[in-house]
Parts: sequence; structure tokens; C-alpha cells
Amino acid sequence: MSTRKLTGSANNPQIRRRYRAEKRFKAYCIGAVSIAFAIIIAFFTDIISQGYTAFWQYQVQVTIDYNDRAERLGQFALDRDMREVASRGATRSIPRAIDRNPDLLGTTEERWVPVKAEIDQYLKHGRDILEAKHEEVAAAPELPDKLRKKVDALIDEGRIESAFNTRFFTTGDSKLPELAGIFSAAVGTLYVLGITLLCAFPIGVMSAIYLEEFAPDNKLTQTIEVNINNLAAVPSIIFGLLGLALFINFFGVPRSSALAGGLTLGLMTLPIIIISTRAALRAVPDPIRQGAFAMGCSRWQVVRDHVLPSSLPGILTGTIIGLAQAMGETAPLIIVGMIAYIPEAPSGVFEAATVLPAQVFTWASEPEQAYVEKTAAGIMVLLAVLLTLNATAVFLRRKFERRW
Amino acid sequence: MYSEATTEPPETTESVTPMTGQPETSAPAQTAGTADKNVKVKAENVNLWYDKTQALHDLDLNIYENEVTALIGPSGCGKSSFLRCLNRMNDLIPSVRIQGQITLDGEDIYHPDVDVVQLRSNVGMVFQKPNPFPKSIYENIAYAPRLHGIVNGRRDLDELVEHSLKRAGLWREVSDRLQTPGTALSGGQQQRLCIARAIAVNPEVILMDEPASSLDPLATATIEELIDELKDRYTIAIVTHNLQQAARVAGYTAFFHMGEIVEFNDTDTLFTNPREQKTEDYITGRYG
Amino acid sequence: MSVGQTTLLLLAGLIPLGYAGFFLGRRKALNTQAEGIRLHSRPQQYGWYSVVSMAVPAMAVAFIASLLNLLGWIALPSELVLIMTLVTAAAGFGFGLRAIQPSLRARIKLDNLMRWLLLGAALISIMTTVAIVLSVIFEAMRFFREVSVWEFITGTTWSPGDSFLEAAGRGDEVGEGGGGVFGSVPLFAGTFMVTAIAMAVSLPIGLLSAIFMSEYASQRIRGIVKPLIEILAGIPTVVYGFFAAVTVTPIIVDIAGFFGLDASYSNILSPGIVMGIMIIPFISSLSDDVINSIPQSLREGAFALGTTRSETIRSVVVPAALPGVISAFLLGVSRALGETMIVVMAAGVRPNLTWNPLEDMTTVTVNIVYSLTGDQSFDSPQTLSAFALGLVLFIVTLTLNVISTVMVRRFKQQYD
Ligand SMILES: Nc1ncnc2c1ncn2[C@@H]1O[C@H](COP(=O)(O)OP(=O)(O)OP(=O)(O)O)[C@@H](O)[C@H]1O
Ligand SMILES: [Mg+2]
Repeated sequence: MSTRKLTGSANNPQIRRRYRAEKRFKAYCIGAVSIAFAIIIAFFTDIISQGYTAFWQYQVQVTIDYNDRAERLGQFALDRDMREVASRGATRSIPRAIDRNPDLLGTTEERWVPVKAEIDQYLKHGRDILEAKHEEVAAAPELPDKLRKKVDALIDEGRIESAFNTRFFTTGDSKLPELAGIFSAAVGTLYVLGITLLCAFPIGVMSAIYLEEFAPDNKLTQTIEVNINNLAAVPSIIFGLLGLALFINFFGVPRSSALAGGLTLGLMTLPIIIISTRAALRAVPDPIRQGAFAMGCSRWQVVRDHVLPSSLPGILTGTIIGLAQAMGETAPLIIVGMIAYIPEAPSGVFEAATVLPAQVFTWASEPEQAYVEKTAAGIMVLLAVLLTLNATAVFLRRKFERRW
Repeated sequence: MYSEATTEPPETTESVTPMTGQPETSAPAQTAGTADKNVKVKAENVNLWYDKTQALHDLDLNIYENEVTALIGPSGCGKSSFLRCLNRMNDLIPSVRIQGQITLDGEDIYHPDVDVVQLRSNVGMVFQKPNPFPKSIYENIAYAPRLHGIVNGRRDLDELVEHSLKRAGLWREVSDRLQTPGTALSGGQQQRLCIARAIAVNPEVILMDEPASSLDPLATATIEELIDELKDRYTIAIVTHNLQQAARVAGYTAFFHMGEIVEFNDTDTLFTNPREQKTEDYITGRYG
Repeated sequence: MSVGQTTLLLLAGLIPLGYAGFFLGRRKALNTQAEGIRLHSRPQQYGWYSVVSMAVPAMAVAFIASLLNLLGWIALPSELVLIMTLVTAAAGFGFGLRAIQPSLRARIKLDNLMRWLLLGAALISIMTTVAIVLSVIFEAMRFFREVSVWEFITGTTWSPGDSFLEAAGRGDEVGEGGGGVFGSVPLFAGTFMVTAIAMAVSLPIGLLSAIFMSEYASQRIRGIVKPLIEILAGIPTVVYGFFAAVTVTPIIVDIAGFFGLDASYSNILSPGIVMGIMIIPFISSLSDDVINSIPQSLREGAFALGTTRSETIRSVVVPAALPGVISAFLLGVSRALGETMIVVMAAGVRPNLTWNPLEDMTTVTVNIVYSLTGDQSFDSPQTLSAFALGLVLFIVTLTLNVISTVMVRRFKQQYD
């Protein structure tokens, strides 16, 4: 063989340069994906590291003394020392309890109650740092010396302990961070999503059926199609403006109510459901329809008995994704007033309510350090639910995906 | 989509036999009258799998220099798969595994040291469906030469573009609109643009996979004339379903069937006096 | 009587009527059939027919009455409405039953009704758009009655008045009180800045990730990478806002401090970067789609000329996919313009015209939110200004969406 024309790249500078460029470009691509991954990891690490502490809470064992002063102000049921340690909210219900059951008067009771938020924060973040004489002592949550000694003593006595924070899941918002929970926001979210589903699902599926199965190809149909695609890309805050002007100002739906929020999100979710339902309907092959028509079914019967059943998984998947999106939405709900302070879970759709993301927003604007961990914990719950919803959608799609 | 970059030879490819010496020595049992020809591309014992299914079985084929070799055979018999082995286009399909040896001028093209970029600039390819790049006519042709550093300077490049278009018989039609997109040409023009593009790199071998199958008879005739002219300079392997076309343009013809080469001979002999029954059935249209 | 009570009573009347209508209608049809007469439709279709002829007029009456009530033209007492509705229902009920004849084409009537119902549902999305346009324009007009359009578009001072700034805790910054000045340029400057930063982050990362997924990654790797990146799309914006405000902003201030620069704690860079992170999956999945729809033959054409993979990508694949990539970019811009929570939580509230991303700036969406969450009356100019800003936002994003849709459609047609 005369020349080696296929293996000369090692000593051909031009080809070497081209291969270097190739390597570089590939490195950029891998770099971009790595950056995206690094961001995801940093993001979740950050949220979790800020929020996991909120699922535990320090409690103190106190003696409740049902005396006649406590009948007026719950605080007096505790001795003076404990009043500085125990949360003010812990004794709030005592006057009512005495009222309901006067026999309690004169009795005492041992009970574990949450400590004040500052103490909780100090115990969670400050104490170890102080003991380790770390440099950043200044940044750590601190307590006045006297109180700190008292807390340390209580810990040594075993009267302050850390326990799983069930209260976070069972109470609503509170001005006392140690008592604040996500319960009322969760209930609000359920109400809002229920209304969103009720108005977006039937209308969305029906619109999709019309466009995919019934509509003649005319100007009106094209207008509707273009319109739906554009509606899906309208910023959510504009839907908030619509909800405010239409539902609240025009139809008189109560401001801040789950109804106002649900209707607003319903309009926002509508195009998502229409688009995914149409895709699901389109995936049903025409021979199925023709077969049914050949049996003498009317168009509606074909859709009801043949097309809808086989596209149901796709429709459900799209609906779940739409609802997940609605569930994370905050801006339009703020516009319709759903950032009210809601300590008690709403008991109807006309009452003022808040939702999880709005609760997160409210807590995020609180200045106290203790709310930061609440915010992050609220986010963790929200993300867990959303990821579950999305995973369910993916699972449904995988499971029922049918290749025709 | 693909598992490996063009920089590395695929691990899936094995060269079972070490590189042999002169191509002529082990010529498969073939026709007379080829002894004086120079073998440009030589395939020996080529096996090819897509995942588990074998598409080529122990193929041996010589492609002679400055000749047109036609590959014919029923659909799915592995013509394209084989053709794509010759410039390692199959590297782009992750599931492909190849065994055997293919040499270009005696150099094993699957040798680990081989640089596919250089291989492919020596072995060009024209596809069934014209696939001009979404660029101007000029850029379609100028792109690869510029990349390979074949020309220096604008003047040279202009000349090369003109020359390639002339060789592809397209110059007269497009000389006044070199800046219009290549995709705006007619199908036949696009295919000639693709041929011009392949020529511009100045390859030694040009592979054509049914280059005229999507064209009308007139455009087909143009392409055939072109192939005839090109064979003075280049070695050409062409896959075609059109037996008349094979008879018109090719000096040699290989008949493929179910992943094997049933018969290889000079075109006249193969068409007038086939050795094998299957070949005869196929060329007389009696094939199953 | 409250709305809920009326509705309940209405249902209490209509549902039994519906049941009765169905069974009576079907029975009548069955009886006729028993006499050996051929019916046009199936018996239960006659049942449904009588339900429909009862319910539709009744619903119409109830609907019209409540609409009149809402518009404030005629305020009918709800008892009257209830009675009217039920009477109509009873009349329809009787009429429906009478109408059931062997020759009645109940199935066709029902089918037509269904068709109208579906069309009605499809029209709701149009009505939503119309409602958006009308309500936003209507309120914006009220705003422009007090503030000139010219001032709004070209003015460089945005100071809506005392109560707004007081609500934002900046009462001391107000000059002479009163009507307020509504020059929206600083707001749009902030929106533009934050969008530019977001796109500068998301375009390279998103596009290169898409190229990695469609050109370099094996099927298996792609199956892992794609859903992971799409996790970013499922994270609520309020969470991004928290991330920006609590984590990214301090880091940026620290880094700026390290280089001796002074960064504000509500600098616009941080929300910009985080917004970019949010948009990465949009760019990457849309670009991935278009890159995947580039025919393989185009790549093979390039490879056959002896190009390396990156040369193929850069000079053939990306140019061919360009319309799709641009359309993804425009959609990303439209997202960024309308994004609210991230900027509300991490950007400033001070209108500020600057080129320095380390300073605080405010945006259009921030001002929409703050003008609507204060305690002002709904008629005050600062409340109405939200609608004027919303109108501009709506027009701009709509335009971007339309352009991007048209580009994608052109692209798809090219490679069909
Ligand atoms: N990418 C691929 N993956 C899996 N199998 C393939 C692939 N390409 C081709 N095959 C299979 O390999 C066999 C040979 O295909 P090939 O394309 O080489 O046939 P051909 O002779 O070119 O046919 P035609 O004349 O129709 O173009 C066929 O059975 C085909 O199904
Ligand atoms: Mg083929």
C-alpha cells in the first residue's frame, strides 16, 4: 500500500484542530447538563437543609395549675419561670377548658408544650455553635444569658425534648411561629383544586371532544384552536386580573374565597386540559371510529362508547398535570386576595381561604428567623405533593400507553 | 441518539482478520476478465447485525477502480446496509455490529487507528432522498471543502464550487442563483446538488444509494449520464432497483439476496448469462 | 334566601322531576313498543328526551334571571325565580311526555343537543379570552382617563402615591402627596433587565442540554436526563422566589462584596438568574423536540462528507432547527416577562432606571401585585394602573406567542 490516507490524523494539524473543537463542543454540552444537575441538587439540598428542622420541635414539660387566675388568662396556669420558656399559645385554651369543665379548677396536670420559637431556634441552631466556640457565634440565634442557663438546666433535667412536630400538619397559620402549621392552607388548596377541577375538567374535555370529533373545519373552529393555544401561554397573573375583574367585581364572588381562586385557576387550567385531551383523542386511530359508525352508532355514541374509554388514561394524565400546575400557582391567587391570614381551616368555598403556595409566600415575608424553616418545610410538603402528582401522571402514561 | 462520537472507533466493531497484503491475492471466486483491474474496495467475510438480527452474511465483494459497480436485489436484502459499511455510516446506528474486513486501497477501514473523518472524505455518499442542507446552493458545496481545508481563499472556493456544479451538470441551471437555498431546487436538481457536494470533497469512491429512485425519467437520465462521466475519475458503487439502469451504467453488478451475494460478474454476463437460478429469476422478473 | 339555599331548593325540585321524566318517558315508549309499533329511537332515548325537555327551559329561566340580577337591571326576589323555574320545568315535563310519539326522532334531537352543548363548552375558551381583553381594557381605559397614555408610555418616574409606598414601608420617600406619577419606563426597564438575565442563563444551558440529549446521549442516558431536567419545570414559582431571596441573593451580595462591588439585597441579578433556571426546561424540551424532528438524512448527508459530530451539529442541525429554537426562545421570553412570584419575592419595589444588575429594580408584575394588595379603593389610579400594566403585558406576550406559533408551524411544515 502506498499512502496511509486513513490514519494520518495524528500528524495533520488541521484535523487535530477539528477534533479538538469537537471535544470542546461536546464538553460544553456535557457542561450544560452538569450545570443543570448541579442546580437541581443545590436547590433541593438548600431547601431540605433549611426546612427539615421544622419537622421537629422542642417541647417542655410544664405543670398546668388550674387556678382561678388562669381562668382569666391562661398564662397564669404556669409558674413564672415556665412562662418565659413555654409558648404563649400553649396556654391559650386553658380559660376555655375551665369554662367548659369547672371541675378542673384546683387540679394540676403535667403536659408537654412547645417552647417559644426563639428558644427552639437557639436549641436547633445556636447551642451547638456556641458550645463549639465557632467563629460565627454572632450569626447564631442567641438568648439572654439567664434564659439560656435556665434552658440548659431544663435540658439536663430532661424536661426539654425534641419531638416530631405533628402540630405543623394539624394547625393553621399563627402569629407565633412555633404554632404555625399548614393545615388550613392544605384545606384551602383542596377546596380551590376541587373547584378548579369541577369547572375545568368537564368544560375542557367537552371542548376537546367538540374540536377533535365534531367540529367542521371552518373559520370558527380555527379561531377557537388558535385562541386555546394562545390562552395556554398567557401569563398567570393576567388570569388573576381577569378573576378580580370578572368573578369578584362583576359576579360578586367573595374576595379571598376558595371559590374566587378556584374559578380563576379553572380558567387557567382549561387550555391545558383541552390541549392534552385533544392529543389523547387524536391518538385513538380512525378505524375504531369507522368500525363503530359502521355499526350504526351516532357520532356522540361513537365518542362516548369507543373513543373516550380508550383515551381516558391520556385525559387523566393531562388533567393531573394541569392540576399540579394549578396547585403551585400563586400570583393569580394573590390578585384575588388569597393571601389573607387564615388561622382556622375554612369550612366552605365562600369563606376566606389560603393555599399552600400562598402560605409559603406569607411565611417567606415574615421577618422572624423561625418562619424561614417553616417556609422551607412548607415548600418541602408542596414539592413532595407535586412530585408525587407528576410521577403519577408519568406512571399512568407509561402504564396505559398503547401503541395502536 | 448515538452512543459514540466519530472520534473513536466503535467498540462493537471487530476486525477478525489481520490486515492482509495485496487485494488481488485472495479474490473470491469470481469472473474472468478482472485480473487486470485494480481493486479499490475489498470486502471479505462481512457480517452485520442489527441487535440480534443478522442482515449480512459472510459477504465478499471487490469494487474495481474507475468502474461503476451496481448492487441489485430485492428489497430488504441488505444492499443499503452493505453500502453504508463502506464509509462506516453504520457507526451512527448504535445497534449495529459488524464483523469481517473491508479495505480501501489495502487499508483496513475498521482499524482502530482509522479516522472516520478522513475515511468519509475519501468515500463520499449520495442518498436515496436528496438531502441538501438548509443553506444556499453555494454553501452546500463550499461547506465541506472549507472544512477539510481543500481550498484556500475565496477565489479557489468559487472555482471549486463552479467546477463541482459543472461536473454534476447543474451549473447552467443555477449559476445565476447560487445564493438561493438548496432546498428550493427541484428534486432532480437537489440530487445533482448532492452529487456536486460529494464531488467537491474530491473523494476516490462515491457510494450512491438509489440516487434516482425519487426522480422522473428525464432527471434520471441526467443522473445516469453524470455517473457515466464520473467513472473516469471516481470509483462508484450504486444501489438500484432499476435493472435497466444497472445495465446502462454499471460495468459490474452484484446480486444480493437475503443478506448474501448470490452472484457477482461483469454486467453483461450477469444479465445475459446468469450462473445462478435465483439471479435469472430476479432479472427476468420471476422473483417471488 | 341565600344563593346556596336557592340552588339547593332548585335541585331538590329538578332532580326528582328528572328521574320521573326519564322513567315515565321510557315507560311510555316501552308501552308503545309493546303494542307492536316500531319506534324511531331506543326507549331510553325517549326517557332522556323528556328529561331534556324538562331541564333545558328551566335552566334557561334560572340562568336569565340570575344574569338580570347580576347586571342589576331587574332584581327578582329569589323565591319568585325559584317558582318560575319550577313552573317552567313542570311545563316542559308535561310537554316532553306528550311529545313522545313513535315518529319522534329522539336520538337525533339528543345528538344535536349534545353537539350544541359541546360547542358551547368550546366557546368558553373564546369567551375567556374576550373576558380578559374586555376586563383589562375596560379598567385600563378608566386609568387612562386620569393619566395620559403618553405619560404612561414615556414617563420615567413611577410614583403612584402615598398609600402605595406606605404599604411598601417607604412612606418617607414620597414627595408632595396627591395623584401620583405614572411613567412606566422604569418598570419596563426592570422587566427587560430581568428577562435579559434570565434568557442569558437559560438559552445556552437549555440549548446545549437539548443538543446533548438529542445528539450525544444514548437512549438510556437521555431517558434519565430528560425527566430530571423537567423536574425544574414542575417547581412552583413561589419556591423559586424563596430560593432567589433567601439563598441566591446573599451569595450574589457576598460575591460582589468580594470583588469590592456594592450589591443591593434586592438586586435584579438574583431573580434574573433564578428565573433563567426556571426557563431552562422550556428551552431544552422545545429545542429537543425540534432537533429530534430534523430528519436523520440531513445529518447523514453531512457525515458522509467527513464532518465531525460537532461540525454537523453546528452547521447543519442547529441552522435547520433555528426557527424552532427561536420560537422556544420567544416562548421563554414571554414566560420571563409575565413571571411574577420570583420578582415579587426577590426583586425590589423601587422604580429604578439603571444598567447595573447589582442594583435593585422593580418590574411590571411586581407593581401589578403591589397595587392590588394594598388597601386602596378599587377606583384609585394606582389600583387601575395594574390593569394598564396588565394590558401592555398581555399584548406583548400575546404577540410573542403568535410569532412563535407561526415559526413552529412553518418549521413543522418544512419537515413533514
Ligand atoms: N436501522 C436498522 N435497524 C434495524 N434493522 C434494520 C435497520 N436498517 C435496515 N434493517 C434491516 O436490515 C435488512 C437489510 O436492510 P437494507 O436497508 O440494507 O435493505 P435494502 O436492500 O437496502 O432494501 P431496499 O431496497 O428496500 O432499500 C432489512 O431486513 C431491514 O429490515
Ligand atoms: Mg436501501
